[in-house]
Amino acid sequence: MAKSLEYIRLDKFPHVWCPGCGIGIVMGSIIRAVDKMEINKNDVVMVSGIGCSGRMPGYCDFNTLHTTHGRALSFATGIKLANPKFKVITVMGDGDALAIGGNHLIHAARRNIDILAIIINNWIYGMTGGQYSPTTPLGSFATTAPYGQVEPPFDVLKLIKGSGASYIARGTVYHIRELDKLISGGLQKKGFAVVEVISQCPTSFGRRNKMGSAVEMMKRQKEETVPVKKAEKMSKEELKGKIVRGLFLDEERDEYTERYEKLIAKAKEVHQK
Amino acid sequence: MSKARIMSGNEAVVEGALVAGVRFFGGYPITPSSEIAEVLSRLLPQVGGKFIQMEDELSSVGAIVGASLAGIKSMTATSGPGFSLMQENMGLAFMAEVPCVIVDVQRGGPSTGLPTKVSQSDVMQVRWGRHGDQNVIALVPSSVRESFDLIIDCVNLAEEYRMPVVLLLDEVISHMREKVILPEKDEIKVIERKKPPKGQEKYFPYEITEDAIPPMANFGEGYRYHVTGLTHDETGFPTSDPEKINQVMRRLYQKIEKHKEEIIKVEEKYTEDAEIAIFAYGSVARSAYSAVKEAREKGIKVGLMRPIILWPFPYKKVSDLANKVKRIIVPEMNMGQIIAEVKKVSFGKVKVEGVNRIDGELITPSEIMAKIEEVS
Ligand code: SF4
Repeated sequence: MAKSLEYIRLDKFPHVWCPGCGIGIVMGSIIRAVDKMEINKNDVVMVSGIGCSGRMPGYCDFNTLHTTHGRALSFATGIKLANPKFKVITVMGDGDALAIGGNHLIHAARRNIDILAIIINNWIYGMTGGQYSPTTPLGSFATTAPYGQVEPPFDVLKLIKGSGASYIARGTVYHIRELDKLISGGLQKKGFAVVEVISQCPTSFGRRNKMGSAVEMMKRQKEETVPVKKAEKMSKEELKGKIVRGLFLDEERDEYTERYEKLIAKAKEVHQK
Repeated sequence: MSKARIMSGNEAVVEGALVAGVRFFGGYPITPSSEIAEVLSRLLPQVGGKFIQMEDELSSVGAIVGASLAGIKSMTATSGPGFSLMQENMGLAFMAEVPCVIVDVQRGGPSTGLPTKVSQSDVMQVRWGRHGDQNVIALVPSSVRESFDLIIDCVNLAEEYRMPVVLLLDEVISHMREKVILPEKDEIKVIERKKPPKGQEKYFPYEITEDAIPPMANFGEGYRYHVTGLTHDETGFPTSDPEKINQVMRRLYQKIEKHKEEIIKVEEKYTEDAEIAIFAYGSVARSAYSAVKEAREKGIKVGLMRPIILWPFPYKKVSDLANKVKRIIVPEMNMGQIIAEVKKVSFGKVKVEGVNRIDGELITPSEIMAKIEEVS
């Protein structure tokens, strides 16, 4: 723990998050991943969009950038392409990454640019007071779904897989050791890596859906998720209502900025002729 | 002296940008600006620069702001509808004080409007397109050669003042091919962003400095500071403390207010003894100049005032002009956008009249001449 404090801007505390919120747990996991890889803090850039998750970079002692709603990946793309030495981590919420920022997400995946994209999925717009998001489960209640959500949710990982990334994983803030592993794997990956983290928003989602305290919400993460390996052996019936977690894809694919370096070499050659 | 060359305004923008040190372009195709992206996609990698075609205009500005924070001079190019999409992230660049350049080759609107024809319809969008208060810098070239000069000024101003700067091009200039003689590299002044002094331990990215322009460290240089679009204190961290907000936001506004006399650039022709003045910018200023010369031959005392930098607006110069002439004519290829600024400082002094076209055709010298004869 004491080691982790080196990565935190303690003078910026107390943080803005509600008691019981899962976002801080994700922050801890990211910090442990950076520490494990022994990356120089000066070479880490953390970029976020808007929402509760958007505040995370402010507390981390990296080069930090809090951008506009949904656009974190576009700024991150510019940073990484301009200077590929940076380890770039984006932190987004479900509304941020999948509604307003959906276009940037699929295109970052398509390019396979070396960015770790963390999507903190708590099924709701927390900061604006609990409106439904593209991941809000059917039938759940939100301030803009007073009769229950009528839109079906995204399966984030299928979306990313179809767009083309190098690394796809899903964890929960309850399974913290596993989450540490998944995030650290994503950070080490050369290429676009997405880690979706199921997290709880007791304030704007839990309360309205009568899910009890943050602790009870986290218990659900334990009860309602199954590891990939186990899920493979389960029937469709058995998997109903369950969320599968773990590592879904880990592939070696040509990375965008490396391909661009080769393009530069080629362009210089053509130019000299 | 370099050799004479034939090139379009869009090509001149590319040449100038490269000379000024632009090494990153992120953009999205849109007529009539696409040649800028096309040529840069070929030339940038030859000098080790980066070109990326983004998924839309929102991300184009995101990418160039990111690249600039990483220490690379960066730009994008677009037209009206794309420029509308860029406003949000441009707002962030103003707020977070990140240098970058946006070229807007204007086209008629609203909406898809007139994609291939000439217009000056974004002169107010550039000024007021975003929410909140911010002072802007926008340059308006009248020729291909001036497009070269002014894109360099754009990059320099962006670096000097830590902000987005816009080059507003008229379609006719972007596509017109003219003979130009470009200056030698050593005749061109290139400005780099002001850095915190070497070895300085504590760095405040939004410090209240005497000149209102805080030094800018790039990401990766060891300061690990925070950048946000939220109102922030001098450390860059969000704040809702009214006193701090007031300080930082006023400093941001003052940045241009304080230096506007150095920034403003206006060209005047025959205004000393003029009784009628024409206030025209961009390609229209060329028609206006032809009309002025014709009128002079007929013995009518007409002069031309041409802003080279449209924003900050030269209110003082226009006000002085209004004190000495009897009439001001403002021809522009919109329904009368800049005329309102001229009227602001001419009110009660002289009558100000517009000549307007919104049909995608140029305002001709004879149209301006007709107006001169009508009022003289
Ligand atoms: S509103 Fe929800 S997501 Fe936001 S800080 Fe509170 S608990 Fe966390």
